[in-house]
Amino acid sequence: MNKLIIAATLVAFATTATAQTVRMGTEGAYPPYNFINDNGEVDGFERDLGDMLCEIAGLDCVWVINDWDSIIPNLVSGNYDTIIAGMSITNERDEVIDFTQEYYPPDASAFVGLAGTSNDVKMSGIIAAQTNTIQASYIANSSATLVEFATADETIAAVRNGEADAVLADWGLLSDIVNESGGELAVVGDRVMIGGGVGMGIRESDNDLRDAFNAAIDQMKADGSLNALIAKWFDGLEAGY
Amino acid sequence: MEMCSDPSTLEGLNWWLCYLGTAKHQAFYLSFGTVLLLLALTAPVVMVLGFSGAMARRSGFPPLRWIGQLYTNLVRGVPDIIFFLFVPIAMDQGIEYIRHKIKCPDVTDPIRQGSDFVVCTAAKMPLGNSPQWMHEAYGFSLALIAFAIVFGAFAANTLHGAMNAVPKDQLETGSAFGMSERQVFWRIQVKQMWIYALPGLSNLWMILIKATPLLFLLGVEDIVYWARELGGSKTSRYTYPHPDWRLYYFAFLLVFYLFMTWASEKVLTRITKRLSHGQAISGAET
Repeated sequence: MNKLIIAATLVAFATTATAQTVRMGTEGAYPPYNFINDNGEVDGFERDLGDMLCEIAGLDCVWVINDWDSIIPNLVSGNYDTIIAGMSITNERDEVIDFTQEYYPPDASAFVGLAGTSNDVKMSGIIAAQTNTIQASYIANSSATLVEFATADETIAAVRNGEADAVLADWGLLSDIVNESGGELAVVGDRVMIGGGVGMGIRESDNDLRDAFNAAIDQMKADGSLNALIAKWFDGLEAGY
Repeated sequence: MEMCSDPSTLEGLNWWLCYLGTAKHQAFYLSFGTVLLLLALTAPVVMVLGFSGAMARRSGFPPLRWIGQLYTNLVRGVPDIIFFLFVPIAMDQGIEYIRHKIKCPDVTDPIRQGSDFVVCTAAKMPLGNSPQWMHEAYGFSLALIAFAIVFGAFAANTLHGAMNAVPKDQLETGSAFGMSERQVFWRIQVKQMWIYALPGLSNLWMILIKATPLLFLLGVEDIVYWARELGGSKTSRYTYPHPDWRLYYFAFLLVFYLFMTWASEKVLTRITKRLSHGQAISGAET
């Protein structure tokens, strides 16, 4: 009840205040980029980054969870104002939405299968990937068979239960899972570079917001805080911004 | 709870107590309330829509009859999933379009810019700076309306059939006693039709219970969303790491839905008994 009263007072104030509220859309199922922690809050690299960017840009930000599959349509129709969900900048997406400059460098993707999986599955096996990702389109254009899943977690589960021979995903996501699997999972062959860096998705009509975030990212790159944040969340990875 | 402050040191029962009591699990438990609330609110709206639809189809006034027929046939013919995706988005954009026209008459930029749907800040529904619970309540309402429209069409058809199933002799007897057409309809036809409508309506209720996971499709965080989110394997990035437990979470949902079915069956049996009183049809208790 107290919460309701507080919320109601906040509404009353918020309508008179001029501060713009920016709704940050994320998936909440892609650790360590973004995930929902046990307190039910959005957590991860992008939560830290987003909060810092909003502070620099003087924006009042709230976090919104949305399914990966419909994350672009819901941005376009105005349910939230940005996508900050480990989304690689691609030409295909750039036709529908705009991106800020990258805040995470191009990351290698890795094939991961049960330990001892042969290198051949990359050419002729069944490969799991998350729907609408650069990895899914990479497999679709290769000779391997693609099986798509709505979440990253389901792609890993498909490998564990034998539905797929291997999963192709960002190494940032997979490294924790492989390291903590106790030898059950292993990287298959070499990593592949696909796609560009990761940026924030913004509506094409929302140039002011894009410029504000670009300036904030510039500042974080210049003062080294972005490098520190990436190292903190990705096992000391050196982004070199 | 104090003992939960450092979960890595917990073991056995204490770990489970803390794990099942996290804020995330509480959201899961609350989402059962969301589903029950949806059922409780949708059912009456469905009955009202269904009854109006059935009345419209019987109307002596042709345009009204056409509307009734168009509603029942169109909605029943379109696949549910398309309807559930279309109605909330169309309603949302419709509402924002109207608000935009009223609140921001000076804005001359087109609303549709490429694939973007852009209305002025004041026309947003709910407003961008509204707290998250208002956004959720709004999404829930849109979902409720979508459910009501779809199931109302089925109910209209069921009730229309039930009205026609009341024996003509009963209606004629009413007229013979000097009742007006209106009196015959309300006092004889509507009173007696329920027993014929009940099998169809109970089917509809069962399908409605089963259809609630569609809420997730509409962006409402329902029990299926939380079961999937909580059950997925968790690395040590989370406070309570665990392997893939989706099977157990979904088994729990299975128990919930079976319980709902069992409870509904009990209630429906009682209603059937009640409505059969004094009715000269098979299965009726004398």
